[in-house]
Amino acid sequence: MSSRSQARLGRSLLLHLVLTPLALIWLFPLWMMVVFSTMPDNGIFSPDIELLPHGNFIDNVNNLQRDTNFVGAIGISVSVAVTYTFLSVLLTSMAGWALARYEFHGKGAVVAIIFGTITLPYAVVLIPQFIMVARDFALANTWIALIVPPLFNSLGVLFMRQAFSMMPAELFDAARVEGVKEWRIFLFVALPLARPMLAALAIILFLASWNNYLWPLLINSQPGAMTAPVALGTLIGLTKVSWGGIMAGAVMLTVPMLIVFVLLQRHFIAGIAAGAVK
Amino acid sequence: MRTQNATAYRFLTPYLLIFAIFWVWPIISSFLISFQATRTVPWRFAPTFNWGRLIGDPAFYNALKNTLLILVIQVPVMISLAIVMAVLLNSPLLKARGLYRFAFFAPVVVGEVAYSAVFRLMFSLDFGIINKLLNSVGLPKVDWFSNVTPAMALIMIAVTWRWAGYNAIIILAGLQSIPDDVYEAATLDRVSRVKQFFHITLPLLKPVIVFCAVLSIIGTMQLFTEPFLITERGGPGGGTETLGLLLYRQGFRSLNFGYASAVAYTMAGLAIAITLVQLWLTREPK
Repeated sequence: MSSRSQARLGRSLLLHLVLTPLALIWLFPLWMMVVFSTMPDNGIFSPDIELLPHGNFIDNVNNLQRDTNFVGAIGISVSVAVTYTFLSVLLTSMAGWALARYEFHGKGAVVAIIFGTITLPYAVVLIPQFIMVARDFALANTWIALIVPPLFNSLGVLFMRQAFSMMPAELFDAARVEGVKEWRIFLFVALPLARPMLAALAIILFLASWNNYLWPLLINSQPGAMTAPVALGTLIGLTKVSWGGIMAGAVMLTVPMLIVFVLLQRHFIAGIAAGAVK
Repeated sequence: MRTQNATAYRFLTPYLLIFAIFWVWPIISSFLISFQATRTVPWRFAPTFNWGRLIGDPAFYNALKNTLLILVIQVPVMISLAIVMAVLLNSPLLKARGLYRFAFFAPVVVGEVAYSAVFRLMFSLDFGIINKLLNSVGLPKVDWFSNVTPAMALIMIAVTWRWAGYNAIIILAGLQSIPDDVYEAATLDRVSRVKQFFHITLPLLKPVIVFCAVLSIIGTMQLFTEPFLITERGGPGGGTETLGLLLYRQGFRSLNFGYASAVAYTMAGLAIAITLVQLWLTREPK
């Protein structure tokens, strides 16, 4: 073996020696989430070190359902996330399309404002949003309250603007020459071409809605109107509560997203990385 | 190109409408509310009522101190870790790349509530797996929830676990956009790999790292769920109370919207100031 390939082997070995323990530490909380969700409560609170799954998952799901209507909350979370994703993808791609493909008065101002909101903490709008939705519109504990206020999304618009501005103009000009209306060009020419970007955006938006906590905690605080994370959050810190149940809930919130992540990793990563590559 | 005002605004209107109602008006509104006494109905204009209280409020300084402490320790640690993850994941020598990527990127999809619950259980005093493992290698148990320093450390560990991979994804995308021939030239000139990292990679990554740092600072500035759920409402005794928690407590527990708005604007001011300093520190040399 040449000294060069020996050096290469050494470097490769070192790389894996550093990365493997770090990866195991990073996987540990997820692994323990699964392990806890399969253990009875007296197993979780025992002095033994337990690192392997048991067989109590279904019991824990039943315990969780006894503590809070988690199945109902999952139903709300899924419906809200699906509706939100559809509407948000539509709104942000329409706005992104306008910013990418038309010249109009006030364009620079619109872009500047959208950029400006990225660095503005959400805390600044939280209280008036709450007063408006809960008091002025009397929409607390409704789906509308969960879906509509988060529809403003600045990174999504910038992402779609980028996607549409990279398409060659001839594609659209050809349609225009034939007299096709602008909204038909958008719907039937531009959107299909942007499918990979739309997929990336949809995944990120769905995940954001699925995991959203603070806003749903404030606006939908009635038991029958809670999303799944909020319902689960109410149990944390209570005394007479099944921790196996809480962990089963955490698994039900997390594992579907992990599966989606594994299947659609490329879109996921594209969606997240897009924020930085402008 | 001719202007297409009508068409453009037809596409923009729904989005701008949502923006106007749920962002523009609230930004103005919370500024105005911060100058009103909101504890009695009707609210009345009282310019120094909330801001005067804020300046003398020990609870505010405690939350500010904790938030800044988390900020100056957690963000640099996490960004450094994210750079290490991204650089190692980008190595052509890596085998089973998919597995490592999964390990570091998976926390990105985990919700705040789910992971807060797991961390709370893992770090509990007598039955937490972390203390059991510490004990099994001969180290003493740590009371993560009753002492301020370990409780703060726990919050930082949790946030770092959740967000390091997210930043690594962005940095990795930045790394992959650096053309290979830059390194080939350096390798031909016998520049060591460590030197290449510090003199080529890091400078080229600077814009991406600044972007990550700014997003992380704004995120950590508003930290709420972790001290709310993991250390139970900012415990022990306010030891992990953050500005986000103070805002929640004042706005939505005491229903004192005026004071909460003053806290919100303080957070915004800090975020903007830190962002500007960051951009200035990393400005392109002329």
